[in-house]
Amino acid sequence: MLKPVERLYNGIIKENPTFVLMLGMCPTLAVTTSAINGLGMGLSTCAVLMMSNLIISLLRKFIPDRVRMPAYIVIVASFVTIVDLLMQAYVRPLYHSLGLFIPLIVVNCIILGRAEAYASKNPPVASFFDGLGMGLGFTVALTLIGSFRELLGKGSVFGFDIMPEGFVPATIMIMAPGAFFVLAGLTALQNKLKIGKSKTEPPEKFCSGNCASCMDSSCSIGKKEDEEK
Amino acid sequence: MKTLNVSISPHIRTTRTTQTVMLDVIIALSPTMIFGFVYFGWRALLVTSISVASCVLTEFVYEKLMKLPVTVSDLSAVVTGLILALSLYSTAPWWIPVIGGVFAILIVKMLFGGIGQNFMNPALTARCFLVLAFSGIMTTYPGVGGVDAVSAATPLQLVRDGGYVSYAQMFIGNHPGSIGETSAAAILLGMAYLLIRRVITIKVPLSVVVSTVAFVALFTAVKGEPITLNYLTVHVLGGGLLAAAVFMATDYTTTPVTFWGQIIFGVCVGLFTAVIRCFGGMYEGISFAIILANLLTPLIEKWTYPKPFGVRRGVKK
Repeated sequence: MLKPVERLYNGIIKENPTFVLMLGMCPTLAVTTSAINGLGMGLSTCAVLMMSNLIISLLRKFIPDRVRMPAYIVIVASFVTIVDLLMQAYVRPLYHSLGLFIPLIVVNCIILGRAEAYASKNPPVASFFDGLGMGLGFTVALTLIGSFRELLGKGSVFGFDIMPEGFVPATIMIMAPGAFFVLAGLTALQNKLKIGKSKTEPPEKFCSGNCASCMDSSCSIGKKEDEEK
Repeated sequence: MKTLNVSISPHIRTTRTTQTVMLDVIIALSPTMIFGFVYFGWRALLVTSISVASCVLTEFVYEKLMKLPVTVSDLSAVVTGLILALSLYSTAPWWIPVIGGVFAILIVKMLFGGIGQNFMNPALTARCFLVLAFSGIMTTYPGVGGVDAVSAATPLQLVRDGGYVSYAQMFIGNHPGSIGETSAAAILLGMAYLLIRRVITIKVPLSVVVSTVAFVALFTAVKGEPITLNYLTVHVLGGGLLAAAVFMATDYTTTPVTFWGQIIFGVCVGLFTAVIRCFGGMYEGISFAIILANLLTPLIEKWTYPKPFGVRRGVKK
């Protein structure tokens, strides 16, 4: 598979930052009260992630190992400032509803995580697509969470009412607990789908539970007990 | 082989099982339930049936789907359904107990490992979920006579606005409120049965009630408002405090097992209830107080872990 395509697949499906890596939980839980907020947060993080990954990858041979964290932060913060100002200028309603969470992208652990784990060790093009893949994965996850919360909590998705007349919205879904419910539900669902796909039969053991007279040296239960002793 | 039976201790076993304990709780709940059915009408019966059916069905379906042993016959899901219904208003639409039952059993109980593994009281957590999710419906009080009656203020609301509620009314329970919370007499009858059968001890209910009264009096004094006997009585008998203290705060799984632990737990519940009632926006507060105290249970048990006989402090093997 081509490197960029592989990176995109890795970011969106295989190592989705939200559902698999469990990174960037703070914006995931806090801003996904509606689908549009989730989409906005995801895309702004994606933009920062792509650019910071590219620049960090280009500068990876010049940045001394000891001061790499401050150097990454400076790069990330520059792009966050650009995104912050652009959003303030062109999408004011979204800018106001996301509020503090736009500047907080600086300390988003997906961005620092990808800089440290990928961009600082790989060439620029691959790093750029890694950032794009991770960013899109984050966007997809946040939009999904936002959609479900908006659907159950307000009866609409992206502001369009789609629930039938008698539907009573469950306000709790757009409050803090709702974020945990939806995140847990979606994570469980994707685990189910993934594990179901690559299903391998667990090795069968015929264990009578009688460890003292058991001769099976490959048995892990007995070994564990020995180690504890 | 039958003549010589070598087995590991214990050799003496009690006949008490989860099922008998749960049956005792159901018997203890019945006076309260019957009073609720008579006073609030057929809708109370409907809400209760739906709630119980929803809890039992959820447990059955989940265990079937997950290929687990079906534990419906231990009656714990029935008790959860009854307690959930006890805390609802009889005017609740049919889907409220359905959602509550599914939430209580599926999310609070089964996902954490089934009976004995949940860290919060399932019925109360479901009630809190419903209050937060559908606050409009959950805080509409039915008047006397069922669906057509006008909504009215519960005693707790009345006294907050400086009203007066007669003692006889509170004791018998002919005032607005949840299906199972209004009649103090019926709840005390149930409590007496549980105490005689030694299903619960008096420690938790007593410490909850006493500490709630003490903290409510303290906070009211701090706020500089007049404290009357009627006001304090309403806090005990007029809301859900008594029912919650007897049937919900005594849940085995989510309450400490140690002697002082149970008393500390009760005092925590009382403190939280008084804080919510005196300083919070809600009139009621006992359900949130109990699930908050449920979260403290592991810590409380750690503090009050009894010292084994013969072990000196600070001496290690």
